[in-house]
Amino acid sequence: MSGLHSILILAAAFVLVFFEASSDLFRHLLGAQIDFLPALMVYTGMTNGIATIALLAVGGGLWFDSLSANPLGVSVLPLFLIGLAIYRGRELLWRENPSAQLFFGLAASALQPLAVLFILLNIGHAPLIGWKSLWQWIVMAVGGAVFTPVCVVLFSRVHRILDYQPIIHPGFRPDREIKRGRL
Amino acid sequence: MLNKRHYIILVLVVVLVIVLLKLPSATMGKVKLAISGLFLPLFGLSGSAHALTEEASATLMTKRQLWRENEALRLQNQEQQIRLQQDEAIGNENARLRSLVMWPRQMPWKVRLARVIARDPANWWRSVQIDLGSRDGIKPNYAVLTSDGLVGRIQNAGATRSQVLLLGDPDLRVAAIVQANSLHTNAETGIILSSSSSPQENNMVDLDYLSGNSGVGPGQTVVTWGAGGVFPPGILIGKVVDLRPKEYGLATEARVKLAADLGSLQEVWVMLP
Repeated sequence: MSGLHSILILAAAFVLVFFEASSDLFRHLLGAQIDFLPALMVYTGMTNGIATIALLAVGGGLWFDSLSANPLGVSVLPLFLIGLAIYRGRELLWRENPSAQLFFGLAASALQPLAVLFILLNIGHAPLIGWKSLWQWIVMAVGGAVFTPVCVVLFSRVHRILDYQPIIHPGFRPDREIKRGRL
Repeated sequence: MLNKRHYIILVLVVVLVIVLLKLPSATMGKVKLAISGLFLPLFGLSGSAHALTEEASATLMTKRQLWRENEALRLQNQEQQIRLQQDEAIGNENARLRSLVMWPRQMPWKVRLARVIARDPANWWRSVQIDLGSRDGIKPNYAVLTSDGLVGRIQNAGATRSQVLLLGDPDLRVAAIVQANSLHTNAETGIILSSSSSPQENNMVDLDYLSGNSGVGPGQTVVTWGAGGVFPPGILIGKVVDLRPKEYGLATEARVKLAADLGSLQEVWVMLP
């Protein structure tokens, strides 16, 4: 199941990057495109191993950069670091709680663009940054935050469909049956 | 806690990123096109869905609506034919005058229609992908325009797709000329850059490096200059909105509203040499 789960996460990243590039819905409605990869990385960090995190960071980051004017690879490291941070502290996180998922989605979606911009500025590129960038950043952070619990619910449903179902033990046990006598 | 395996993967990712970022721009462009080639089936599906939707909406249109639309297009076509005749006459006159003063003859533009298939998913660049590539004769630096005006230029050309940098992207600069209002005023030249006051505005750019005492005013038309050889001269860029002095009045910067609407590009024309 772990291999299949990793493939499903990569497939979701692939479709999400395509959606971001081909859909103008959020651009026209909110004036900014929402990046769904940090939210997906939060889910991956909470539920999967380091290999899947690395695969999602490399695959998702390269797919995103290949459709963008970003230098190739610039999105990979911030995504990986987000996944690693979540993975490292996941035993301490209340993973099943939607509010916690929302919070970590918000933090990841807010930090990812900042980290990418930081790298871009440090390698000599001059991205378009103005006052409207602040609004775009808020839209990206909130959009990613909302998507994180949705992502968790969707994947847990897929998990339920594809994974082996646990055997439910009935309460009846023959060794604990009360044998009644005649009286 | 992180163990040795985690550190090894972290180092591998960091090395991969450094290697990719250090690639020469031409190689990086090719690698990007190769990776984005994985999306081709999805782009194909999206194109088919788009075509199906258009077909369905055409089927749903009533005969009366179609007849009206046809009539409007017929009238528009007639008007265009008359304009074309007039333009041909002007073109002939222009060619005759050019030959009299020994100027080289201007070649007619050759264009190919392309569909915009993707937009830049990052909010800090302005670029789109089109469905024409080197197989269709597209090469980097070819000008891209709509019927309204200049849009940008080809940045990378793959076999079946190309990336177009749009006007206002920090990596795109265009030599432009402000057309003179009358015969008594000189045409002013400058460089089109991304807007410094509102970089995220899709339809605004800056025209920089105008002289301090330029007679440029709001409403004047800005077209490509032709210097540099990338963009042929005379392609409409937009109109001057306002001006502000720079460098203590030694230079002037103008804000230009683009003629083409970059926010809703569906189809563009690529200019071939």
